[in-house]
Amino acid sequence: MNGGDDVVVASEEPLQPLEWKFSQVFGERAAGEEVQEVDIISAIEFDKSGNHLATGDRGGRVVLFERTDSKDQHGSRRDLESTDYSSSRHPEFRYKTEFQSHEPEFDYLKSLEIEEKINKIKWCQTANGSVFLLSTNDKTIKFWKVQEKKVKKISDMNIDPSKAIGNGSSSSNSNSSKPHLANGGSSDKSYNYPSNDFSFPPGGLPSLRLPSVVSHETSLLARCRRVYAHAHDYHINSISNNSDGETFISADDLRINLWNLEISNQSFNIVDVKPTNMEDLTEVITSAEFHPTHCNTLAYSSSKGSIRLIDLRQSALCDSHAKLFEEQEAPGSRSFFTEIIASISDIKFAKEGRYILSRDYMTLKLWDINMDSGPVSTFRVHEYLRPKLCDLYENDSIFDKFECCLSGDGSRVSTGSYSNLFRVFGCAPGSTEATTLEASKNPTRRQVPTPSRPSRSLGNSLTRVVRRGAENTGVDANGNSFDFTTKLLHLAWHPSENSIACAAANSLYMYYA
Amino acid sequence: MSMADEPLYPIAVLIDELKNDDIQLRLNSIRKLSTIARALGEERTRKELIPFLTENNDDDDEVLLAMAAELGGFIPYVGGVEHASALLPPLEAFCSVEETCVRDKAVESLCRIGSHMRDTDLVEYFIPLVKRLAAGEWFTARVSACGLFHIAYPSAPEASKTELRSIYSQLCQDDMPMVRRSAATNLGKFAATVEYTHLKADIMSIFDDLTQDDQDSVRLLAVEGCAALGKLLEPQDCVAHILPVIVNFSQDKSWRVRYMVANQLYELCEAVGPEPTRAELVPAYVRLLRDNEAEVRIAAAGKVTKFCRILSSEHAIQNILPCVKELSSDSSQHVRSTLASVIMGMAPVLGKETTIEHLLPIFLSLLKDEFPDVRLNIISKLDQVNQVIGIDLLSQSLLPAIVELAEDRHWRVRLAIIEYIPLLASQLGVTFFDDKLGALCMQWLQDKVHAIREAAANNLKRLAEEFGPDWAMQHIIQKVLEMINNPHYLYRMTILRAISLLAPVVGPEVTCSNLLPAVVAASKDRVPNIKFNVAKVLQSIFPIVDQSVVEKTIRPCLVELSEDPDVDVRYFSSQALQAIDNVMMSS
Repeated sequence: MNGGDDVVVASEEPLQPLEWKFSQVFGERAAGEEVQEVDIISAIEFDKSGNHLATGDRGGRVVLFERTDSKDQHGSRRDLESTDYSSSRHPEFRYKTEFQSHEPEFDYLKSLEIEEKINKIKWCQTANGSVFLLSTNDKTIKFWKVQEKKVKKISDMNIDPSKAIGNGSSSSNSNSSKPHLANGGSSDKSYNYPSNDFSFPPGGLPSLRLPSVVSHETSLLARCRRVYAHAHDYHINSISNNSDGETFISADDLRINLWNLEISNQSFNIVDVKPTNMEDLTEVITSAEFHPTHCNTLAYSSSKGSIRLIDLRQSALCDSHAKLFEEQEAPGSRSFFTEIIASISDIKFAKEGRYILSRDYMTLKLWDINMDSGPVSTFRVHEYLRPKLCDLYENDSIFDKFECCLSGDGSRVSTGSYSNLFRVFGCAPGSTEATTLEASKNPTRRQVPTPSRPSRSLGNSLTRVVRRGAENTGVDANGNSFDFTTKLLHLAWHPSENSIACAAANSLYMYYA
Repeated sequence: MSMADEPLYPIAVLIDELKNDDIQLRLNSIRKLSTIARALGEERTRKELIPFLTENNDDDDEVLLAMAAELGGFIPYVGGVEHASALLPPLEAFCSVEETCVRDKAVESLCRIGSHMRDTDLVEYFIPLVKRLAAGEWFTARVSACGLFHIAYPSAPEASKTELRSIYSQLCQDDMPMVRRSAATNLGKFAATVEYTHLKADIMSIFDDLTQDDQDSVRLLAVEGCAALGKLLEPQDCVAHILPVIVNFSQDKSWRVRYMVANQLYELCEAVGPEPTRAELVPAYVRLLRDNEAEVRIAAAGKVTKFCRILSSEHAIQNILPCVKELSSDSSQHVRSTLASVIMGMAPVLGKETTIEHLLPIFLSLLKDEFPDVRLNIISKLDQVNQVIGIDLLSQSLLPAIVELAEDRHWRVRLAIIEYIPLLASQLGVTFFDDKLGALCMQWLQDKVHAIREAAANNLKRLAEEFGPDWAMQHIIQKVLEMINNPHYLYRMTILRAISLLAPVVGPEVTCSNLLPAVVAASKDRVPNIKFNVAKVLQSIFPIVDQSVVEKTIRPCLVELSEDPDVDVRYFSSQALQAIDNVMMSS
């Protein structure tokens, strides 16, 4: 495991394409085992340090994983933050805990079922060894704290509990009466009362004793600290934390709201694209994210393929954008599907916040926020599907929302496709890297080696508008029919290492390079 | 169960329940922590109870919050001031929990205890605690540390003082914005304890750093600190150091920063004195009144009267008044509404002539505003302008405004104007009122909304108090009694309500001659609800009339009602009869 899989990153040379290897799988399906709908993973998120990974599923559960290969698990926070892990070891995770974040609900006023499916998870600032995260379904955002709690074993009571009226009756059902403990993390508390003959000593105050806790065991407990509800008329598609550590946004189809983490009964509407007459509606918000370091900048994407950057300083209600990024379509290429496939399903800021990666149905695009004339790079994800758009429309696959992610150093991007495939592209100048991988134990099984192309001319790379990966129809030519039901929608790149976590139905696959 | 008789039993239960599984029982025990401490005695409280609490710091936040609050007042239970330091360890532990309200309470309690501690103890225990928290591994401890410096600093020896100042300055540059925000929030308090030379050097450089922070949220709090710091500095230092910063902030890119400036500017004017205010702050304020962002204009408009008060009326007319004129036709209704709520206060500042010349047109235009809140706000402050120019100039415009509000389709607006009617009546005088508003007051008694009818009845009472019983007899009673024959029982009930409210004001004579016959007549109503309300009214008015009337009129009426087929009528009439009997017996 600690073999020679070092990744040497030489900054002056173009990056070598990475060789991806299988690392781990959680929730692997046995042959012939049917996937339960509730087990399908619907969100993946690494925390900022990369020591934790969270997944959410359609059953409303959140599962946490923690990294096991860190040298010093209990080192101080500052050490952990600054430690540069040697790349001799790739990240490995183990199951940490899980909890039921959302339950199915019914909105009686609108006669609507609210699914429990977790749409997004975001990690918040760690404190005191507890981890904090936000999870959301279509309507309600929840703030969770997962902490290690001492398992209480109490001895030295003043009064034999079997005789005490005040204690016995209420402790038996105290767990079930508290909804925030519904995930069962605390149900294993047990008393260890002294069973020997206890006599209440006569005579004064010295006889009183304080109970003492004898257990040194701990267990993980997830508690819902706050619920941010009733602020969205439409389905929440994104949540994003601000770099100030105290606010976050939530975006639905038509509005973006700003919250303070500490205040759950009030939010501010900062973007509202709802037209006065709903018949005039032509565009919806599909994704929104805060800039990673500038607390006043946020970006949101739309179903028309545009990304708007807004400056919260300008106005309380940001109706007007500071910058607009969209690509002019080539004249003549317009078809019935043009607008549908232009819809952006996901946007992500790169770590430093200069670049934004966007995913539409056919491509990944990388934008420089200083250049609003067009994307710096466009990567074609599954161009071979273009002739099949009609079928994809028929079976609604054309509306699938694929996520995208960037590597921590910003030199590579990745996104998912059908047949449990995902693709990794190099986006550094001059890179021709374009890898197709399958979410299985043998990620390169179906990959057809593409002949390495000569590196591009200097002039071409200066314009930095590269189009690659378009001709990779080999997989199809291989005779593998595409399976539109096995789509890889969710994936995340480790914040500091070349490691990708991706979801294939109910299984979480991890790869490293 | 024999133990239940033991005197110690309740305390033993309390102590055991400190560790009960049920959070309510734990909370209950914590709230009686002082009882437990008294039972254990001072020494065992110090040696056992406090360490016990320190150890159990992973409890639920609600419990920790209660503990932090209790410990703040715990000095008497550990043996007085000389043992106060025993209380620090648990509070130090609570200072680093994740829940903000627990930390805040722990800091508050630490400050409370620290302010009683002896200087030597502060040096030995409190200052090291502050340093430990400030060097805490997690940001939560560092956030809490910022709120303790102002207690630790004054009694620190010279070397320690230097160190504390440099620690504070490090906290202001912490990686975590939460820590910087806490440092900015507490800067004013800390600065107040620092010697003047260091204030000018160290604290001002810390302040400068905070005002240039990347995070808007930190800069916002730095603005808030401006006024506090400004008041500590000598005026000339304030002009040299704070003034440029605030003028700069008033042009910040972020509307939230400008909003803060608008809120703080007035206090800063007090700190810098009149001359720099005129030269620097008035132009800044004028810019804020004309800001692009409505939120900023709202904040600025709310301060317009206060600001005018510190300026000479000449400057106010020259600089502020033109802006006020613009704001009165602002595109945002909230700006106009805020302006309307303060603008009347400008009248006494500007004097009669200026008010008539400049303010009156603005009042009049705001009285015609399409947004009811704006009109209501003007009407609510009418007394302020009345003292300066008299009401006559306004009354012509006032009446249509009141009538329109009185007939507004939103009942909350109608309710709001009813609340102001007694104020208006006292300002406008009885003649004006009779002519124009009397009819309205009657009309509300027949409103479709119960809250309005209720308010209308109450309004009649307040009017009767204002203008006296004779006036009430002349103008109200007759009209009210006419309505008792309304075909709808709900309206008849309103009249009964009005009668019970008016009776004490108009006195026994009018009550007997006019009100009582109407009530008795109503006891023959066909609706049971009216009948039992009659019983209630009779119960409320019998103490003000003569005993003979009670026996002759009220009692027979109630006796009849107490044989009514309706159970509620019987109940309330027997209640009333009982009340009468009780009073008779006692007298």
